[in-house]
Amino acid sequence: MDNSTLFSLRLSLQIASVATVFVVIIGVFIAYILARKEFKGKELLDILFTLPLVLPPTVTGYYLIILFGRNGYIGNVIYEWTGWTIMFTWYAAVLASFVVALPLTIKIARAAIESVDKTLINASYTLGHSEFDTALKVILPLAKKGIIAGAVLSFARAIGEFGATLMLAGNIPGRTDTMPLAIYSHAAGGEWGKANVMVVILTVMSGIFLYIANKYSKRGI
Amino acid sequence: MSLMLKIDKKVNGFLLDVSWEIGNEMAVLFGYSGAGKSLTLQMIAGLMEPNRGIIRLNGEVFYDSSGSINLSPQERSIGYVFQDLALFPHMTVKGNILYGAKGMDKNIRMQKCAELINAFGLKGLEDMLPSEISGGQKQRVAFARALIRRPKMLLLDEPFSALDAPLRIEMRNFLKDIRAEFNIPVVLVTHDLIEAQTLADKLIIYSGGKIAQIGTFDEITGNPTTDEVKRLVHT
Repeated sequence: MDNSTLFSLRLSLQIASVATVFVVIIGVFIAYILARKEFKGKELLDILFTLPLVLPPTVTGYYLIILFGRNGYIGNVIYEWTGWTIMFTWYAAVLASFVVALPLTIKIARAAIESVDKTLINASYTLGHSEFDTALKVILPLAKKGIIAGAVLSFARAIGEFGATLMLAGNIPGRTDTMPLAIYSHAAGGEWGKANVMVVILTVMSGIFLYIANKYSKRGI
Repeated sequence: MSLMLKIDKKVNGFLLDVSWEIGNEMAVLFGYSGAGKSLTLQMIAGLMEPNRGIIRLNGEVFYDSSGSINLSPQERSIGYVFQDLALFPHMTVKGNILYGAKGMDKNIRMQKCAELINAFGLKGLEDMLPSEISGGQKQRVAFARALIRRPKMLLLDEPFSALDAPLRIEMRNFLKDIRAEFNIPVVLVTHDLIEAQTLADKLIIYSGGKIAQIGTFDEITGNPTTDEVKRLVHT
């Protein structure tokens, strides 16, 4: 493997790891709310968080530019305050991977949380434990398999993220060229040897992640 | 010590409308399935809110629709043993029992846990998971977990229904011992006539969401007020 391949591999792993940390923290929280709370607009919220799963990643990327671009609704505020923009940095790739990978964890963790026996939750309440305590000590440990399966799939999805990342982070060699972006560049430039190495690495890694996710989810994905 | 309740609750077309009072005794809610017995327990424990009424234990108001009082299950300090026991499958026997000791000082908690493990014949099983112990042992763990906090009363929702006959007899005696030891009101839901006969200080017969008759077992069998009560206590 040459240096640029190693760089892309390391960058992809770094971006996917950071994105997955946020996906797990925020995704499990949202999954818990959707699984356990009744409120107006709940299904709308579910649809909103699921959309990146079915939208073309370029559309998701487009929305992210509108929100986080230098002139975007949020991006502009950040730029005015700090003079910094997330665009074309590896943070942008983290953001893109996070948004695209989030629905997988939400969907799978929600199903796992919903499947926890309600009597166990009631038992915890009658034993004096608050909802937060019960979530931490009963619900999440019992939904652990689903959460792990969701996190692994999200990680795999984040590693393979292309469209939204390209829109938001660009494809800057030595800065934001993750493996999928580098494969695109190599293929476009006729560097089949380099592309082949990365394609094999990505395929093997994704296969391993699917195997792990299947192992943790009872019914398989 | 006494429990007083008068509650209305409509659930999916079924109307529960009951009113009864017990002292420091073992009350058995008896009747066919779907008569509203378990629903009543859930409302005493605060797991479900009635539409209207009042629930009071030892003078403390748990629920009062007119005063908009509705204490959470956590605030009611009631021991509840569920029909399927609801032991936490990911916690050991000791972990399950200690989970019931919320808010207790660590030393006292460990001491009480050790006492209950000894008293309930669970020694040697402390580190086992619920899936690794027998049905009777699971019952004892569920009781230990419900009792470690010294609750103000005990609610039992058909806890022995899954046991075979010899074990049921053993658990009935076990329950009598608990009642003698802890000296708190106990409400037991059952549709086992022998259980009602051997355990009830007061028998409360439920029928279609209403109270059909209240009294001792002998009073009710001697003078059943309706044909349904007669059928229930003579089967």
